Amino acid sequence: MDGHDRGAKVIASLLKEAGMEVVYLGMYQMPEDIIKAALEEDADVIGVSYLSGEHLVFTPQIIKEMKKKGLNDVLLVGGGVIPPEDIPALKKMGINEVFVAGSLTHPIVEYIESHVRKR
Amino acid sequence: MEETIQKILAGDRRTAGRLITRLEDGEDWGREVMKRLYPRTGRAMTLGLTGAGGSGKSSLLNHLIQRFRQMGKSVGVIAVDPSSPFSGGAFLGDRIRIQHHTRDDGVYIRSMASRGYLGGLARATTEVLRVMEAMGFDVVMVETLGAGQDEIDVIRLVQTCLLVITPSMGDEIQALKAGIMEIGDIFVLNKSDLDGATQALRSIEAVLSLKAFKQGEWEPRVISTVATSGEGIGDLMEGIMAHQDFLHNSEAMEQAAFQRVEQELGLIFRDELERVIFKGLKGTGKKRRYIRSIIDGKSDPYTVIEEILETFLRRR
Repeated sequence: MDGHDRGAKVIASLLKEAGMEVVYLGMYQMPEDIIKAALEEDADVIGVSYLSGEHLVFTPQIIKEMKKKGLNDVLLVGGGVIPPEDIPALKKMGINEVFVAGSLTHPIVEYIESHVRKR
Repeated sequence: MEETIQKILAGDRRTAGRLITRLEDGEDWGREVMKRLYPRTGRAMTLGLTGAGGSGKSSLLNHLIQRFRQMGKSVGVIAVDPSSPFSGGAFLGDRIRIQHHTRDDGVYIRSMASRGYLGGLARATTEVLRVMEAMGFDVVMVETLGAGQDEIDVIRLVQTCLLVITPSMGDEIQALKAGIMEIGDIFVLNKSDLDGATQALRSIEAVLSLKAFKQGEWEPRVISTVATSGEGIGDLMEGIMAHQDFLHNSEAMEQAAFQRVEQELGLIFRDELERVIFKGLKGTGKKRRYIRSIIDGKSDPYTVIEEILETFLRRR
């Protein structure tokens, strides 16, 4: 109702301004949707924005689905409303990096550029 | 490469995803793959959707996918969005409106950024359409980017082209008069529940009525829809099928295939020429020197190109 996709959209436009091609999927995406899109679009990076505390539930599902489809060289980055104390757990699950609300753009762009698979 | 070709022919999405990226990047390898895939293409029903941004192309596309899926047809979709001329980046948002089918394995959607290519498509769209045909999709739909200007390349690329207009575009309809006949096989007046729809419908029909159609020529249909509610989608499908029937029962299908290959040939020719010629200049600093000499008034672009071509042809 109040534009909960605002953060994801802002990040998407900032990445676009940094010269990246961003496929925006919109809200309420399930892990299977995300992975199918990443596969079809040949994404180098998957960015997931969490809002209502579902990060610990969906992250392992996304990673499982990524492994199943062989997306091992695709970077997985998370963000949104994530308590800092959950970050170690997320990284242990296999998420590559987490940028919580309030992150500056520059480090995100820099992180992606230096960690993305080489073409 | 053999493995890639076999996987594409078997409809493997991951492989297709990778191949498309390499085609977008213009890699030599991609061209070799295309040579092998080409004979397996040309059998799908191909549709194009063009029209200004916000006219509802993606929403209509969503309905059409649904209809084709109900008929048991597999569907490939290519959605083109503009690249930023400043950063080179792009926001590709067409998947948002094609939500219902994102998990359906009978649907393959690929977004493409135009990367500065004009005409409403991306440079590699022609190739991606061929890839989707080789993958065996029954129907492949191409949605152009929506600047509302000259997204006309799609007409020659696909068999049936839909031009989407809205009632608020009355002036555009007037402006389109000159070329409107050539743009669409079907005119879709979307958002036809808005004020001014009747008037818009009349003005499209008026424009169309100005043309004297030859015997055996397709007369474009005008179909009103409301993509948000699904109203008129049945009529639209009927119109698409009628146009397809027309193509199959006339010489028009052959003409469409001819136009497509003609456009393809021109495209590959220009691409290849530029690639081959500039490859020789790469890393030599010559291009820089040429530009410098033009700026300094010692030469001009025409002379420079003539020189480059002459050197190239002599070397051959």
